[in-house]
Amino acid sequence: MLTESEIDLRTGASEASATESSVTENLVLERVTRRFGSVVAVDDVSLQVPSGQLVSFLGPSGCGKTTLLRLIAGLDNPNAGTIRLAGEDITKRPAHQRDIGMVFQSLALFPHLDVRRNIGYGLKIRRTEKAVVATRVAELLRLVDLDGLADRQVSQLSGGQRQRVAIARALARNPAIFLLDEPMSALDANLRESLQVELRLLQQQLGITTIMVTHDQREAMTMSDVIVVLNQGRIEQVGPPLEVYRSPKTAFTAKFLGATNLLRGRSAGRASVKIEGRLFDVPPTGDFRAVGADMTISARPADAELEIVGSDSDDRAPNRLPGTVSFVRDLGATFECFVDVGLAEPIVVQGGSRDLASGPRLARGDVVRVHFPMASCVVVDDPERV
Amino acid sequence: MTVVETPADTVELTEPVIHDEDGPGMSWSGRIMLMVPTLVLAVFFLGPFALMLRTSFYRRIQGGFYEPAFVLESWSRLGSDFYIDRALFSLRICLFVAAVTVMFAFPFTWFLTRMKARYQVPLLIMILAALTLSEVIVAFAWDLILGRASGISNIMVWLGLMSEPQSYTPGYWAVCIGLAYIAFPYCVLTLYPALSRIDRELTEASETLGASPLRTFFNVVVPLSRTNLVAAFLMVFVFTLGSYIIGQVLGRPEHWTLSVFISDQATYNSNVPFAAAIAMFLTAVSLAIVGVTTWLGSRQGRARQKAVAV
Repeated sequence: MLTESEIDLRTGASEASATESSVTENLVLERVTRRFGSVVAVDDVSLQVPSGQLVSFLGPSGCGKTTLLRLIAGLDNPNAGTIRLAGEDITKRPAHQRDIGMVFQSLALFPHLDVRRNIGYGLKIRRTEKAVVATRVAELLRLVDLDGLADRQVSQLSGGQRQRVAIARALARNPAIFLLDEPMSALDANLRESLQVELRLLQQQLGITTIMVTHDQREAMTMSDVIVVLNQGRIEQVGPPLEVYRSPKTAFTAKFLGATNLLRGRSAGRASVKIEGRLFDVPPTGDFRAVGADMTISARPADAELEIVGSDSDDRAPNRLPGTVSFVRDLGATFECFVDVGLAEPIVVQGGSRDLASGPRLARGDVVRVHFPMASCVVVDDPERV
Repeated sequence: MTVVETPADTVELTEPVIHDEDGPGMSWSGRIMLMVPTLVLAVFFLGPFALMLRTSFYRRIQGGFYEPAFVLESWSRLGSDFYIDRALFSLRICLFVAAVTVMFAFPFTWFLTRMKARYQVPLLIMILAALTLSEVIVAFAWDLILGRASGISNIMVWLGLMSEPQSYTPGYWAVCIGLAYIAFPYCVLTLYPALSRIDRELTEASETLGASPLRTFFNVVVPLSRTNLVAAFLMVFVFTLGSYIIGQVLGRPEHWTLSVFISDQATYNSNVPFAAAIAMFLTAVSLAIVGVTTWLGSRQGRARQKAVAV
């Protein structure tokens, strides 16, 4: 498990940092563990975060992502392990001596201070000259598009405006690391989407190393250079968003990043899996398992093709499962149907509405065949399988 | 008893919301609900208050009695230099004790609310237990602790820090210590709800912005608790102003507050009209101070709201 989580993120550098000639690690976690009583919230996590990138910790509630962020911020101390920032060991350093800026889930704006004083708080603490503070605050207000609101009380701001104040306050001291703890959770869906894009653009403009905690895979995929999938205090997978989405290593990652169908069967030889008596060809990989060993395939609903039984295709062809349509929903932009194939859960098939318009109309009870092309079948580790 | 009714004052202070509920669209059950406290206040507070006001104008008869009359004897005596001086002393010592008590109780309560529940609960129980001690027990306990025969000075002598045991009671500081001691748990309990409501993320945000825990305390916790600090201060002030045993046991007559004189006049000198006059005066003074402070506080609040609206 340890070797798996010790992955160098440099391989996952995206276009955002490709312009930099040498990518350096800004933040390094080495075998960090945090226990609360008998609960291991963060379990032996090692990670390297390169400069200027946005890394998100993605996982369900209770997976340890917030604890990990708090350890990085210095708001909590690990039971074991080392945290290094720009080469310096900061494991034992309290939060107020770390070079960080953090946006809290509740935003934690000071209710007794106006917008200007909230943003300037960190500078005032550092005994910065008044004129310098004023200039910097004005600059930040412009940066987050809050010109003219400096004298407002926090209670007079909308949710989106508060969000911007919290971001400006965290950036005021030009911290080495920008930490975001589920920053959008208090906003409504539309505002969240637009702020995600805006915040990502801001982060790229400033080139600031950023770590974001989220449980929303859409948010993670919108904003991240690298996604770290966490489950029960451990790292499941690290990589660029599309890589994690397209090649999940585990059933957990496949399920957590977008909907998926887990097809559980047994190995039937090299690059071949038998599911419900049907053979599935999978892309050949280096590791293959003995015939009869448990194997799980993850196949995305959008990659599935539906075939009407009785058409000219061969029923014996591989990568197909016959079944009955048990549920259909048309969401306008996409349509989805559930196909009962005899597995524990129905297979979800998703398509654009154009696919539907061109083909025959589907209804509950129709007998169909689901086809997953070989390239869409990803073999995943499935430790939760019983 | 002629001792000032302190709790009635503080209830009004901490719960000013009650007045706002008195809207035009009030239901009958709401009106009846309001009748109950009004009635209780009238029967148990305003009634005795009126009786006492009347008594303060009665004529005293030597030998322990008084007869209905309308004389200003008690009130003119109250206006003498001696009693004016005593009144000023009472205000001074109670304001001082209130300031010191809040200064200790505030950080104490802050740390208490930040502790794990496992440690918080036993400490709160201990504080509540201290409330069960009567003022008499507290007074005599401090008399022992500060006295010469068995007091702390003996420990100092044993440690070699002092040549011979000393007595710190009766005295000004003994009265201050005693008053602060009985007021402390009330002060903690007044501050506790407000302080425990301060979001942990607010202080953490301050720390991630570079403020040490100490600066966070003064820059975030104190400003956020300003109204509660004022409320706690007034509560302790009014509470200590009404205390009459501590001063009697731990102080010389020159350390007596007006409350001690009330009990002294009523029980030892059997001068009930005069005791009633002092009590009326003390009530008026403490109500005036509470009123002015609340008014100043709300005016400040309104001013801030105004500034915000512009």
